[in-house]
Amino acid sequence: MALAGSTCLAAALAICLYGIGASLYGARARRRDFVASGRRAVYALAGMLVVAMGILQMAFVRSDFSFELVSSHSSTTTPLFYRVTAVWSSQEGSLLLWVLLLALWSSAILFLTRRRLREVAPYAAAVLLGFGAFFCALLVFLESPFTTLAAPPAEGAGLNPLLRHPSMMIHPPMLYSGYTLFAVPFAFAVGALITRRLGSEWIRSTRPFTLAAWLFLGMGIMLGARWSYMELGWGGYWAWDPVENASLMPWLTGTAFLHSVMIQEKRGMLKVWNVSLVLATGVLAILGTFLVRSGILESIHAFGASTLGIPFLVLIVVMIGGSIALVASRAERLRSEHRLDSLLSREAAFLLNNLVLVGLCFVVFWGTFFPLISEALTGQEASVGPPWFNRYITPLALVLVLLSGIGPLIAWRRATAANLRRNFAVPTGAAVSVLVALVAVGVTSSLGALLMFSFAAFVFGALGQELWRGVRARRAMSQDSVPAALLALVRRNRRRYGGYLVHAGVAVMFVGVAASSAFQDQRLVELRPGQTERIGDYALTYERPTSRLVAASNGRLERIDLGARLRLRHDDGPVQTLTTFKSYFPSTDPSLGPISRFFEGEATSEVALRAGITQDLWAAVAPDIGRLRPRIDEGDQVFATARELSDDDHEAFLAQALAGLSRSYTDDPPPATFRFIASPLVTWIWLGALLVFAGGATALWPAGARARRPATAAGLARVARELERA
Amino acid sequence: MLVLVAVAVLAIAAPLRHGHQAEQEVAGRAERADLHAARDAKYAEIRDAEMDYRTGKLSEADWRAMDRQLRREAVDLLHRLDAHEESEPA
Repeated sequence: MALAGSTCLAAALAICLYGIGASLYGARARRRDFVASGRRAVYALAGMLVVAMGILQMAFVRSDFSFELVSSHSSTTTPLFYRVTAVWSSQEGSLLLWVLLLALWSSAILFLTRRRLREVAPYAAAVLLGFGAFFCALLVFLESPFTTLAAPPAEGAGLNPLLRHPSMMIHPPMLYSGYTLFAVPFAFAVGALITRRLGSEWIRSTRPFTLAAWLFLGMGIMLGARWSYMELGWGGYWAWDPVENASLMPWLTGTAFLHSVMIQEKRGMLKVWNVSLVLATGVLAILGTFLVRSGILESIHAFGASTLGIPFLVLIVVMIGGSIALVASRAERLRSEHRLDSLLSREAAFLLNNLVLVGLCFVVFWGTFFPLISEALTGQEASVGPPWFNRYITPLALVLVLLSGIGPLIAWRRATAANLRRNFAVPTGAAVSVLVALVAVGVTSSLGALLMFSFAAFVFGALGQELWRGVRARRAMSQDSVPAALLALVRRNRRRYGGYLVHAGVAVMFVGVAASSAFQDQRLVELRPGQTERIGDYALTYERPTSRLVAASNGRLERIDLGARLRLRHDDGPVQTLTTFKSYFPSTDPSLGPISRFFEGEATSEVALRAGITQDLWAAVAPDIGRLRPRIDEGDQVFATARELSDDDHEAFLAQALAGLSRSYTDDPPPATFRFIASPLVTWIWLGALLVFAGGATALWPAGARARRPATAAGLARVARELERA
Repeated sequence: MLVLVAVAVLAIAAPLRHGHQAEQEVAGRAERADLHAARDAKYAEIRDAEMDYRTGKLSEADWRAMDRQLRREAVDLLHRLDAHEESEPA
């Protein structure tokens, strides 16, 4: 089977190389047969990679340890769900997933444009196949997922316990879908530049893919944040980690593009800016992949230093150089058709919004690559942490949130001062009211948070006013009920109202971020059973220790859980019970004793979380296993001196020994270290994210046939007649 | 695996077996597609302007002036489309 998988990858590489040649020849020689053949090469690539992924998946599901990848990233004790998703926990498997998703999205766009964009599509196909060839070559020559072992082990090393979380397994497919979908507008932008077909058609055709990329990448980012909050044991959701930043940068420039492209569609302006943005987004998507694969920057996510750094660097240099050359050589064709009519216009607001988003991206880029730059220039590695990022990101984020409320209030082309005064009154009143109320109740310790709450109130006021006026206008024309009018309004203006929902979601998210950052109460305490710690309005009592041996589906011991049961009381409210524990997974190091290997391997934290709409209470325990060390060593010695045991006897005695050890922890518990965090409004971050995704899905939803009806002769006559009458 | 590879090769080569078809008038089609996209964007702009007026972002006078201009631009695009279609070979 491994040979079949390798054959698939080699065939995929050959298909890519043929497809590039066929597409380019067909485009240059105007041969539709070669263009069609190149397009079919993309479909065949997708088919071949589906088979390759299927082979690898089967190997993981069957725990076929003759595959090196399976033996190093899975085990018989790994639950089925995680065995299926463990495929992309490795470098090789994740590269295969990346190129598979690229092939699938490429097939979709080329199928949908098979009768359109006939000049541009072949070049876009060649670019997409070029990416395919690059990744297939990596898989064939450097990082094959189908390497086999001459002597397969009886048991695998298992999945990294940190990755045993549902959101962490969905997170890579979401992120990679975002990255690979951004390759689509990149490829079509290159095709449009090469062919000088720089009208709106290629933008319109690729817009759904750009929006889908933005949506998937955003979902992947939020899943990662949720995983960090729930699994990493530090109680935070964003650490400005290089790999987090790598996914944020293309999302920021993609967001900027989705806004500014509207100006190009309406006014024929910002063509250079837009094509540069979409090319930069494609480069940043590859750069994000490069950061993870090359191990060039320290990160909890990175797969460690590998041989992939140089190839990725070459690809990025080619992409950047080619993009700059294309844009520079087509500058004449990219001239704007119109100028900005007024600074008091939605175009001007979008332009400012773009500058802020690109500014945010630049800050993130600089902070992420600063260690490299510093090392290159001074020979010493320096790093920047969250305080540096927060210092520059916070003011930009404030401006961004404010603009997300201002934009919907201003008309396209030009707005008058009188209209602005009328439209800004309610939102400004809402912002000032919230500001005054918060100051009155003493929320003054963080100016940034105070401003964010006020600006968010401005956004909610603006969007609420827009919605109200839109429904009122609809009802004036149609006599619909309020719900029917709202539904009709959104259906006829999906992009607008989907966008408004996204803006509302962003404001909700930033309120959550501001509150949880500025007003978080965190304690690191050592408690004995029976002792209580107060945090805010909560009293947390360490009731008793807990312990548990967990067996896998095949009966083998999978891990030991040592933890704590906590009693939570909020003011005079009811008592709640929370449980937090640390899971200890055994190491595969054969030099370790059978008992001690359970405490020398990976450990994960299972937090206790009481989530609420106003506040989260988060707790994690770090048991003191130092007191268990003498008994652990004693147990190892007993096993070392025991006569040869059968596997079943070994497992039975090990279970007894570990049961005794865990009982000794609960019978005579040492003080345990607890991290307690009370964070206001964290739930607003997740709720805001859901609103953002709902808004994106609304904007992405295809318009009905009625909206796509072409202009009729009667429509033409009507337009002309009304102009004559005017 | 050989069967799979053979199927892929047959599928990819299928268009080549149907003989040479030169792409006629690609440039004309592309320009027409761009004009269609521009026309649709112009109709969207007309609708957006009306929406801006009905939600109070534009006064009636401003809206009527903008609407006239946008409709003029729309008619211009329609004329260009008509001229393009008339000039295309049957």
